[in-house]
This record gives sequence, structure tokens and C-alpha cells, in this order.
Amino acid sequence: MTGWSCPAPLRGHDRVVLGHGGGGVLSAELVEHLFLPAFAPEPSELSEPSEPLADAVVLEVGGGRLAFTTDSYVVRPLFFPGGSIGELAVHGTVNDLACRGARPLALSAGFILEEGLELELLGRVAQAMGRAAAQVGVRVATGDTKVVERGLADGLYVNTSGIGLVPAGVDIRPARARPGDRILLSGPIGDHGIAVLSVREGLAFGGDLRSDTAPLHGLVDVMLAATRSGVHVLRDPTRGGLATSLCEIAAAARVGIGFTESAIPVRPAVEAACGFLGLDPLHIANEGRMVAFVAAAEADAVLEAMRAHPGGRDSVLIGTVTAEHPGVVVARTAFGGTRVIDRPLGEALPRIC
Amino acid sequence: MRYLTEFHDPELAVRLVDAIADTATRRWTLMEVCGGQTHTIIRYGLDQLLTEQVEFIHGPGCPVCVTPLEMIDRALAIAARPEVVLCSFGDMLRVPGSTADLFTVRAHGGDVRVVYSPLDAVALAEAHPERQVVFFAVGFETTAPAAAMAAVTARRRRLTNFTMLVSHVLVPPAMRAVLAAPDNRVAAFLAAGHVCTVMGTEQYEPIVAEHRIPVVVTGFEPLDLLEGVRQAVTQLEAGRTELVNAYPRAVRPEGNPPARRMLAEVFSVCDRPWRGIGTIPDSGWRLAPAWADLDAERRFDVAELTVAESVHCRSGEVLQGRIRPPECPAFGGDCTPRRPLGATMVSAEGACAAYYQYRRLAMVDRDRVDLTEWTVTE
Amino acid sequence: MCLGIPGRITEIWEDRGTRMALIDFGGATRTACLAYLPDAAVGDYTIIHAGFALTVVDEAAAHRTLTTFRELGILETEVGT
Repeated sequence: MTGWSCPAPLRGHDRVVLGHGGGGVLSAELVEHLFLPAFAPEPSELSEPSEPLADAVVLEVGGGRLAFTTDSYVVRPLFFPGGSIGELAVHGTVNDLACRGARPLALSAGFILEEGLELELLGRVAQAMGRAAAQVGVRVATGDTKVVERGLADGLYVNTSGIGLVPAGVDIRPARARPGDRILLSGPIGDHGIAVLSVREGLAFGGDLRSDTAPLHGLVDVMLAATRSGVHVLRDPTRGGLATSLCEIAAAARVGIGFTESAIPVRPAVEAACGFLGLDPLHIANEGRMVAFVAAAEADAVLEAMRAHPGGRDSVLIGTVTAEHPGVVVARTAFGGTRVIDRPLGEALPRIC
Repeated sequence: MRYLTEFHDPELAVRLVDAIADTATRRWTLMEVCGGQTHTIIRYGLDQLLTEQVEFIHGPGCPVCVTPLEMIDRALAIAARPEVVLCSFGDMLRVPGSTADLFTVRAHGGDVRVVYSPLDAVALAEAHPERQVVFFAVGFETTAPAAAMAAVTARRRRLTNFTMLVSHVLVPPAMRAVLAAPDNRVAAFLAAGHVCTVMGTEQYEPIVAEHRIPVVVTGFEPLDLLEGVRQAVTQLEAGRTELVNAYPRAVRPEGNPPARRMLAEVFSVCDRPWRGIGTIPDSGWRLAPAWADLDAERRFDVAELTVAESVHCRSGEVLQGRIRPPECPAFGGDCTPRRPLGATMVSAEGACAAYYQYRRLAMVDRDRVDLTEWTVTE
Repeated sequence: MCLGIPGRITEIWEDRGTRMALIDFGGATRTACLAYLPDAAVGDYTIIHAGFALTVVDEAAAHRTLTTFRELGILETEVGT
């Protein structure tokens, strides 16, 4: 290791790094450059142009439209304030369906278990999944279990896939954001990510931090009851946070997004934790929040409907879609300045400076 | 009072900006020394509120940015050893060394962990006597007391499997290096308030006296930054050169005496290479001879590992305020936050990363966005 | 460079000879080392960096600073009218 060598090799990682799973720039690059070229679909098999950044794909099946999605859950710790991997595995997949306006029909559940895992713990996770599914009114209809040798997995991983029915007249996807659309947010951000982080990596927060994990299909129902065609985009800002959702929508629809920073609700505990860890609440994961892009004329009605629903009581208007600066998300700061909002590169890391 | 929201009040910010505008008869070049202050300036768009009055030169106060390449390479070499758990702050994991960063070492099987406090690394050593736990100690005078206490605690608990790779740096010699540059344009410093909570303010008196330059000890909340600017501009307009404490709620003239005593016991001053700048005499702390048994460079025999830096990256000149980031030929092309050549592009507080955002912002402004259109008044 | 966040001391104890404290950051709490602030007491606000309390926040000084900001506005209004 003598002589000058350029740090340029970092441009391409030759191995997977944790950041590839962070939901930010690295994750998107993996999908775009590795998976999509490998999975290039037969055009005739899909009823819509492939939208890799949508939460679920919509397939035309015998005259109806089915939304189909899959997600894997790898959270440490398995139980955290406000929930567990069990609730996440149901809510996350139900919410991906809901983001296409679909009513969930059935879920699959695949388990990868580490040899030595306590059955009592697995039982608690299964119970949590069952309760969450019953609450949503969706069946866990099929499943699979694999066990790997001790040390080859971190306790347990869950994959759930889900199918749901898209009602007639509903077309919700990132590319449908239009200049003039109002941007609505269903409640405070950052609760889930901070609740999980609080018990991970030895960062022992006390205090009242709970995950917001919750199903969003009911909230979507009341929004669609207010206007079927006026809801253009729905997104649950999970990994990568609200910033990533907004950036991906701006890119997919080739529109600009402007929002007012002070309009975004953040609980004091989350704000304190973020300040103290040097993190931006806009980059923190949520599991029970929805951001909606709604036609301007329908925005008031949708907001009112959201606020009347228990899952959207704290809904707010945060900004507007613009024709200017396509692909760029800009926040107006409390002091009247502006800043460009970017996706985080990889996973959120506590920093000292 | 929570000492946080009160110093974010937009209404008071308007008053401070107006006061600065009323005072300034020309545009002054100020250097905010600390990367955390740069972060606040960009995060709240303070530079946009003061375009007529102030040009901010972002100072060298980002420990991640200035940690020398060879020190990162030593950390990488140590972290790759099978018996080692290497701990550092989250900031350090993405900084590129010659060939890799700590994340990459982890992907290749190295045990690299993020800690919030150096004492967490000591606890890890205590819990895993079979592993060699190494704490990569970076940072300025603010962070060094935490590392010093880790050393003291490890010795008190008779841990033989805890060592530190120490790369601490000192602010005043860096400020002198900025002033010594023949093309220096800095008219006043906003000194790093949190460094002063430990070291006090006396150490800036010789700088003020010798270089006839105002030094304003400045905090980190947006109103603190504006107050620092106001006091600096007031001095400059009046032709005064004084040391002023604009962060009195946190900074005492004597700093934190118990912390300073501990620093003097555990560390000794040394010459230190700064990434991009070169070696600055007496600008670093290393473990004092009495603590050599805790020195990871000795235990893992990496002290001889040296590397030269990229000739394409001009981050050193950026760190000294001699060129603006866009003047570097690599800026925005070969070098972006996603693919950094120099450390100033890696850290969110780095001047190049901050400018990269700023340039995109300028692009947005050029399109004449009507910001009022999407202002939410609710 | 140095993230320092104000928080209130809610509890103080000794951990094998090291003074430790529980700090409330406004809903989120965490332990911090109080070794460098031997005189700090429960109820004091401190600035925490890398798990260490470095200084006790001076309430009177904070009020003076905020008063200065407010008077800037008032003086200006008076001059303006």
C-alpha cells in the first residue's frame, strides 16, 4: 500500500455493502443496473409499462386488475417499541398494495429461520402476524419455512408477498404526479426508524418513542371514496424516508416538487433523537405513514377524509408539484431560504459532526 | 427554555438579518471554522439571506474531511485483521482511504462497528476479552476528552485488549495555517463554539493580536450563526479587531478545566498531516508516552504505513479557502458526493458537498421558481 | 464538526468510579458521562458531544442573548418610525 492510488475504485463496489439495502441511492442503483437488466420482462405479459419504482405491479387478469408485491423483512431487534417484525411483515406488504389503490386479498409468508431460534419467540412473531392480518382482514393463504445453520442468519427473516384488487377507475402510480397537484402527508414522520434505531447498535434511548407501524388500506379507502380519479400518487415513505419518496416521484413523473419544511410534523422526541444522532427526519423510515399527490381541486376533500380516519388524524398539506426544476425536490426553510432535498446515500448512521 | 427552539425563531432571524444589512457597507469574507456551522448555514439557507453582505468560506473544521489518508489506511489495515473489532463514529465509515472505506472492509469480513461514545468501545472490549477492540479516535478538541476518558477507563479496568488509533487535530494551528496562506481572503473568523466549551477562548487572543483579525466565538443554531456574523461585521465596519464570545451560554473563558487537565495527561501535541493541506506543525494530539501501551499503531505495527494523496483533488486548497469547490477541475464531474475523490465531498459538512448542493440550488433559482406558490401557511 | 445538543440532567449516579447521568433531550433520553462536570446537578442543562457532557448551559447568558436579539428589532422599529 505504498505510492499514490486513487480512491476511484469506490465508484463500483465489488461486493454488497449495507448501504445497498438502505433504500437510498445505492439501493436504486442495484435495481437499475443489476436487477432490471436481468429481469427485462416480455412486454406482452404486463398490462402496464414496467414501473420499477412503484410499490406494486398491476396486472390485468381476466378483466380485473390485480396488484402484486413482495417485500422481505430483516429488522433488528425483532421486537421494538410499538411492534415487531410480525406486524411489519403484514403492514409493509399491505401498504405496498394500498399505494396502488388495491384492496388486499391474500398474503404469502416465507420464513428463513436460524437454527437455535427459540420457538417461543417464533410463536410470538407468528401471533403478531396473525393479529395484524386479522385486523386488516387479509388471509395469510400460503407459506414456506426454511432453516439455515446457526450463524447463517440473524434469528429470523420473513418475506411476504401480497395480491390485491384494484377498483375500477383507480390509477395510482408515481408517474401520474402532475404540476399543480397538492402533496398531503398523513402524520408525523420518523417514528418507526427512530424507535428501531433506539434499541439497535447499543444506542439506548429511553423516552416515549414508538414505531408507527400500521396498515394504510383503510385510509386509502376513505381517500378513494372522496375522489377516485383525483388521487394520482400514493407512497408509504419506508426506508430512505420521505425525502426518498419525494425524489423518486419527482424523477418518475419528471416534475418538480416544492414543500415547506415547517409544515412537516415531527414529534419532539423524534426531533430530539435526530438532533442528537445527527440525522435528518426526512431520511428516517416510516411504516404507517402515507404521502399522497392529489389533484388541486380535490385536495381539500381528500384532506378532510384523511383527517376523519384514525390513521390520518394528523394529516397535513405540505407542498405542491411544479413544472419547474423537473426531477428536483426543493424545501423552503423556516427562514425563507431554500435547499435541495436529496436521498440518503445508504443507511442512516449516527454521526458526531 | 430548551436552548434549542428559542434559537431557531424565524422572527428573530429576520431582525438579525436586518441588523446585519443595516451595518454592512460592503461584502465581507468570513470563515466559519467548523463543519457543523457550515451545515447550519446550508440547512437553513443563511447564505441566501446574506448574499449582499457576506461571503462564507467554509473552514477546515470537519474532522472527517481532514483525517489524513494514511491514517484511514492504517484503520483499514487494522480493521481487516481477524482478531480486531474496529469502532468509530458513523461519520468515518464512508470516508475513502487509498483503496477502500471501512464499509468495504466490513463487506469483506472485517468487524467494523459504529459507536456513539468512545466508552461504548471500552464496554465492548470488556464484554469480549477474546477480541482486540480498537477505537479510531478522530475529531477536534471537542471530541478528544471523550477519547481521553476511554483510555483512562480502559486502564482503570485493566483491559489489555483495548487500544486507540489516535488522529485528533487542533483548531488554532489550522486557523494560523489559513492566515499564513499568501492569498488569504478571510477577514474574520467565526470560531467553533463547541471546541471552546472545552478549550476556552484564551487560545485565540494571540491570533487576534498577531494577525489583527476579529475572532467571534459562535454557536451552532441558526440564530447563533447570524449573531456571529452580526458581531463580526460590526467589528469589521468599525475597524476593530477583537476576540468576542457570541456563544456565552455555553462557552466560558477558561473552557472546561477538568477536561483540559485530562487532555494534557493523556495526549501530547504532535505535528499532524491534514488531508489535502499537508503537515501543520503542532496541530495534532497523539497518546502521550505514558499511554503507549494503548497505542494501536504500535500494537498492530502500522505506523510506517504512509501514502501520498490524489494529485487531481484540490480539496486542500478548498479547505484553506484558496479556491471555491467549483474551481477544482474534478468538481461535479469526476468527483460527486456519490463518488468522492476528496474527503470534502464525502462528509455532509464538507465544503465541496455543501457547494455541490448549492450549485444545484443555483440551477433551480435560475429557473425562477415562484417559491410563494407552494408555501403552506396553514 | 462537533454536534453538541443541549439536554437536561434528570439523574446522576456513579458507575465504578465514573460519574454518569441520564439526559433528557426533549422526549428522548440517553446516558452521558458527567466526569468533566463535577459540579453539575440534576435539572441543569448541559451540552452533550459523543456521550460526554462538556459544559453547563448558563440560563442567564441565554436570556441575555435572546434579549439582545429582541432589542435589535425594537431599536430598529423605533428608528424606523
